[in-house]
Amino acid sequence: MISTRDVSMRFGGLTAVSDLNIEIQKNEIVGLIGPNGAGKTTAFNAITGVYRPTEGRVVFKGRDITGQKPHAITKLGIARTFQNIRLWTDMDVLENVLVACHLRMDVGVFASTLHLPGYRVKERRSREFAMSLLESVGLADQAREAATSLPYGKQRRLEIVRALATEPSLLLLDEPAAGMNPQESLELMDFIGSIRDRYDLTILLIEHHMQVVMGVCTRMYVLDYGVTIAHGTPDEIRRDPKVIEAYLGVD
Amino acid sequence: MKIKRNTLLTLAGLALLVGAIAAADATLGRFSVRILNLSAIYIVLALSLNLLNGFTGLFSLGHAGFMAVGAYVSALLTMSPAQKDMNFFLEPIMPFLRDIQLPFPLALLAAGACAGLVAVVIGVPALRLRDDYLAIATLGFAEIIRVLITNAQSLTNGAQGLKAITKYSTTWVVWSVAALSVVFMLALVRSSYGRTMKAVRDDEVAAEAMGVNVFKVKSTSFVISSFMAGVGGALLGHMITTIDPKMFTLTLTFNILLIVVLGGNGSITGSVIGAIVVTVLMEALRFLDMPMNFLFIKTNGLPGLRMVIFSILLMIVVLYRQRGLMGNKEFDWDGFIGIFRRKGASSAGGRS
Ligand SMILES: Nc1ncnc2c1ncn2[C@@H]1O[C@H](COP(=O)(O)OP(=O)(O)O)[C@@H](O)[C@H]1O
Ligand SMILES: [Mg+2]
Repeated sequence: MISTRDVSMRFGGLTAVSDLNIEIQKNEIVGLIGPNGAGKTTAFNAITGVYRPTEGRVVFKGRDITGQKPHAITKLGIARTFQNIRLWTDMDVLENVLVACHLRMDVGVFASTLHLPGYRVKERRSREFAMSLLESVGLADQAREAATSLPYGKQRRLEIVRALATEPSLLLLDEPAAGMNPQESLELMDFIGSIRDRYDLTILLIEHHMQVVMGVCTRMYVLDYGVTIAHGTPDEIRRDPKVIEAYLGVD
Repeated sequence: MKIKRNTLLTLAGLALLVGAIAAADATLGRFSVRILNLSAIYIVLALSLNLLNGFTGLFSLGHAGFMAVGAYVSALLTMSPAQKDMNFFLEPIMPFLRDIQLPFPLALLAAGACAGLVAVVIGVPALRLRDDYLAIATLGFAEIIRVLITNAQSLTNGAQGLKAITKYSTTWVVWSVAALSVVFMLALVRSSYGRTMKAVRDDEVAAEAMGVNVFKVKSTSFVISSFMAGVGGALLGHMITTIDPKMFTLTLTFNILLIVVLGGNGSITGSVIGAIVVTVLMEALRFLDMPMNFLFIKTNGLPGLRMVIFSILLMIVVLYRQRGLMGNKEFDWDGFIGIFRRKGASSAGGRS
């Protein structure tokens, strides 16, 4: 599905990610873990085109996507959420999802503005799709409320729903459980499992508390100072001395 | 039921507005009609700047430049060869331009199209710059356009400007264009494309990540806005019937910005109200620039005092009502009637 081949990302003298080699198969849920500052978010940014990797290639569905613009990569089927929630603040919940639907509507500025018949059909379909997505996370009742008025946990869910509205095949989640209590985190992981099944997704999940993702991931990669120090099943990771050392004093 | 009521109210409101404009046009003196029509042109201009500033989050200071392009294109296209010969006495006009003469509606479209074209050429590279640089770059471009106009003697008649432009901007023309602009803006910002503009404004990074081609959306917004500015400039030229490069300085852009900020960044209603209020006040306060006589103290007239008052007004708005008159809200009947209901209820409560 996706692989990164020796991807490195340097900022001036700092190597945030070095020689990252991730390989994910269809419908897997894979974790990317590591202490704060390990380079996890940078790895996401290199995959999604926010940064152009200093070195290496990113290959998605057999296609080299290195250096493409983020919106083009989203169009190819990779969607993401952000570590620090980035909803559009002056829009309501439904509008936040509708903007993400625009990508697949394929309408230009004229068809949109003139509300041509073709556009109207697509707009209605987008609204139905957006509402069904909101329904699936229990946000349908709040569709008309300001996105930022939602409680934190719901904002996180809305961000996931918004990413789903771009109809991705690969979903990248950056610390979706941040700021949640253990109970909420557990529910979220169940939710992530369920959307994988419902929307036929492949998921790469960042988390810095590794316990949270142990249950939902089939495999995980561990980064420390940009270097991949381990990868394997949750059980293997748990017992890996390098991982234990990296996490000493962190968890 | 409620929707039907609101539609009826809107129709009634429109009829009232058309009636009011007709009455004003028929009864008011030339000076007052001119202010009325100037408001309509400022509505078009404010909406066009609001599209950039309020709906797409692009801070551009180049509006006067695009207006100048529109004003010159339309004036040159509508003038007869004889009119042009009269204007170009220092240096004759380019022969091919001399003989072109188009009907006003076509010239108006050409004015918008040329301003849009200039926007593509100069704006598109500038849009790759970060926000604050965009303002400086567009300001510079507007100034370059002005210098070009001043120096292209055989094309624009240079510093002498163009005089005796036919007065096509009648009350009905300017208010029709203003109404069309309002409808266009409402249709645009409420469409799917309009939503992507707001997304770019609120968070560019998130917009790009959700598949919005941010650069394309910005460029589209910039070109549409420039088109409207060009049309506004053309209308202005055909209203005051003379144009010259000195009209199109930063002060003009500043006036439009003032309207947008006062009315509310991101509110179409705000721009409409702001345009009317500012234009009328601007004329009503004209006496401030004149010599004044306070009982014992005589002043010699302070040209520019008016602008000082307006700048202070802008600062007060920015300090106390940061989002302008309307914020980013729009007028709707439910809200409007709600205000009266609430007032009525509270005053009734006070009495009992
Ligand atoms: N745009 C940038 N410019 C310079 N340094 C950066 C940039 N983005 C990230 N870094 C640095 O890269 C390192 C990894 O950051 P990040 O990927 O955010 O870590 P994580 O997500 O694992 O917590 C940090 O030291 C951070 O300061
Ligand atoms: Mg991070």
